[in-house]
Amino acid sequence: MAEEHGRKWDRCLADTAVKTVTGLGVGIVFSVLLFKRRTWPVAFGSGLGVGMGYTNCQNDFRLPYLIHGRMVKDQ
Amino acid sequence: MLRACLRGANATARNNCRRNPLTSVQHCRHYTAGETSGATKVVAAGLLTVSSGIGGTILYAKWDHKFRAAVEKNVPYSDLLFSLALGPSSQEEASVEATHIISAIGEVPSVPAPCDTEAAVAFCVYMFALEECKECHDHKDTPVTRPVEEVAARLAQQDQEEQDILASVSASLEESLASSAKTTLQAIGAQEAALQAITQHTHKLKEAMEAEVPPQEKSAQWKDLEAALANRTCAMNDASTALLKANETLGSLKSVIDKSKGLNIAAVHPLVLAAEENLHNMIVDLDKVVTKVQSAESEAKIVSQYSELVNEAKQQFQREVSSLTPEIQANWKGLTGKLSADDLNALIAHAHRRIDQLNRELAEQRVREQIHIDAALEQQKLEDQKALEKAVNTTLQHVKEEARLEQERKLGELREVMEAEMRTQLRRQAAAHTDHVQDVLKVQEHELRAEAEQVLSSKMLEQETRYRQLNQEQLDNFTLDMNTAYARLKGMEEAIDSHVVAEEEARKAHQLWLSVEALNYTLKTTDSDLPTIPLKSAAEAVRDSCHDNDFALALASALPEESLHRGVYSEASLRARFNSLRSLARRVALIDESHNSLYQYFLSYLQAALLFEDEQKAPPTQLSREDLDPFKLLSYASYCLEHGDLELAAKLVNQLRGETRRVVEDWLTEARLTLETRQVVSLLSAYANAVGLGTTQAP
Repeated sequence: MAEEHGRKWDRCLADTAVKTVTGLGVGIVFSVLLFKRRTWPVAFGSGLGVGMGYTNCQNDFRLPYLIHGRMVKDQ
Repeated sequence: MLRACLRGANATARNNCRRNPLTSVQHCRHYTAGETSGATKVVAAGLLTVSSGIGGTILYAKWDHKFRAAVEKNVPYSDLLFSLALGPSSQEEASVEATHIISAIGEVPSVPAPCDTEAAVAFCVYMFALEECKECHDHKDTPVTRPVEEVAARLAQQDQEEQDILASVSASLEESLASSAKTTLQAIGAQEAALQAITQHTHKLKEAMEAEVPPQEKSAQWKDLEAALANRTCAMNDASTALLKANETLGSLKSVIDKSKGLNIAAVHPLVLAAEENLHNMIVDLDKVVTKVQSAESEAKIVSQYSELVNEAKQQFQREVSSLTPEIQANWKGLTGKLSADDLNALIAHAHRRIDQLNRELAEQRVREQIHIDAALEQQKLEDQKALEKAVNTTLQHVKEEARLEQERKLGELREVMEAEMRTQLRRQAAAHTDHVQDVLKVQEHELRAEAEQVLSSKMLEQETRYRQLNQEQLDNFTLDMNTAYARLKGMEEAIDSHVVAEEEARKAHQLWLSVEALNYTLKTTDSDLPTIPLKSAAEAVRDSCHDNDFALALASALPEESLHRGVYSEASLRARFNSLRSLARRVALIDESHNSLYQYFLSYLQAALLFEDEQKAPPTQLSREDLDPFKLLSYASYCLEHGDLELAAKLVNQLRGETRRVVEDWLTEARLTLETRQVVSLLSAYANAVGLGTTQAP
């Protein structure tokens, strides 16, 4: 279990990093291309990336605690 | 003035005495003096009343004892007062007397009425069976065991006594009778002799006076007369002495008779009666003879008087004749031839004169005859009356005596008759008693026989039963011995068999133990961080060695699958793993189902970095709410692990919740597995040990 915790952290960090970089990249692209080299898309993109990574990370950590309910239709 | 002073003093005293009694002592003295008289009066009156009351009580108590007792009972210490004043209560003495009397009265009925007459005693004896003589019963209560013999003995004794008394009495009576008879006869003889003498004397006297005999014969006659007189006097004396003696003896006989009458014994009565009769007869004879003698005496007296008169006349004549003729002698009748004519004339004249005188005297005498005869008759009547009275008295006495004797005789006869009747009745009753006794004896014999036979039969039965019992016992004992021998044989066989069985068991147990030891050993074959070799083969071996033992089988099959296939981790490895896990567990302490965002993760990491707890802490015996904190639990668990208590560590780790729990779940599972396996193996080994111990023979 301890390894899983570590693995999760690894994955999480990696994922977040990737997403941040990707968002940064996309932001840079968009900033360069569309938004006249303003910084806000870069921040936005990296922020988007971090946020996604954070959420993924959080969901990954929350996974064991999530209860998947199923709707049972009355038939 | 004094009164005014007093009044003023009283007023002031009343005011002052209340406030300052010290200052107005004088007034108070007056006050008290004045009041003292009244107080003394009251006190004196009270004392007088009390003393009079006490004095009156004491006086009344002296008179009435019941009152005294009542007061003593009700008022304490009054008895002291009374004893001081009056002395101890005389009630006690009276009561003592009463008790004496009561005890005396109580004693009286206990003295039995004596059965004094032997007839009543004999009655009691013979009526014993018929239960009629109750008082005799009570009297004979003590010798009730042998009444007949004792009474018979007593009767015999009494008879003997009676016989003795009778003999003595009869002897005395006979003696006295004989003596009295002798004396009476003597007296009678003497009296008869006296009578004879008297009659002879009178006859002689008459002869001497009347007969004309010659002077020689006259003198002879006179001599005879004198002799007869002497004889008579002698005989009279003898008779009187004999009479006295006879009276004496009769008196003694009477006293003896009275004494023997006083003895009051029945058998003596006829003797007494006879003696009395004899006495009476003797007295009668004596009296008759005495009367005869007395009559003869009186006759003799008359004759003697007559003879005296004649003698006197003769003498006078003689004297006259002698006075006339002094020379003529007394015996003049023989002198007819000798006398002269003068003498004869003188004599004749004297004789004539004398005849005249005598005729005159005769005439006088004839005249006085009647008077004399009357006087003599009177005298004679008196004497006759006296004699009659005396004779009547004596005859009355004799008749009374005879009547009494007759009565006594009749009484004696009646008594005899009654006694004879009584004897017949007693004989009849004795016969009845003997019959009854015979019947009773027969009945008793029957009963006793029956009883004896019963006893005999019961004893025989008892003996038989005892014999049979003994026989049975012997048989039983023999059977018992045989059974015991057989049982012992069987026991020995069984023992031997069981020995064999036990040997088998021991061998099996040994095998089991060996296999369990092997299993135990496999648990130890572990490197760090690597599990042991799979326990499958060892478990198999164990199962083989105990295929008939359900318990061991169950245990062997209780081993967890993982341990069989994969093996288990050792404690050391677990410990190491835990130590590495601890830091991670600390880091995720705040994460649980509800708090699991990344921010929480950050906070949890911060907490783990900032919080410091003991590396190891001894866990308490009871966990409280504060102890459920993950950090504390981890430190407890570390402590337990360090001290080799995996079980407790696992328990403590089990208390973790949330993410911490998820993190240590694996470790916990491993720890559980190890614990399980170890438990099973320890159980098996304990069981094998037990079995081994059980099968080993004690020396």
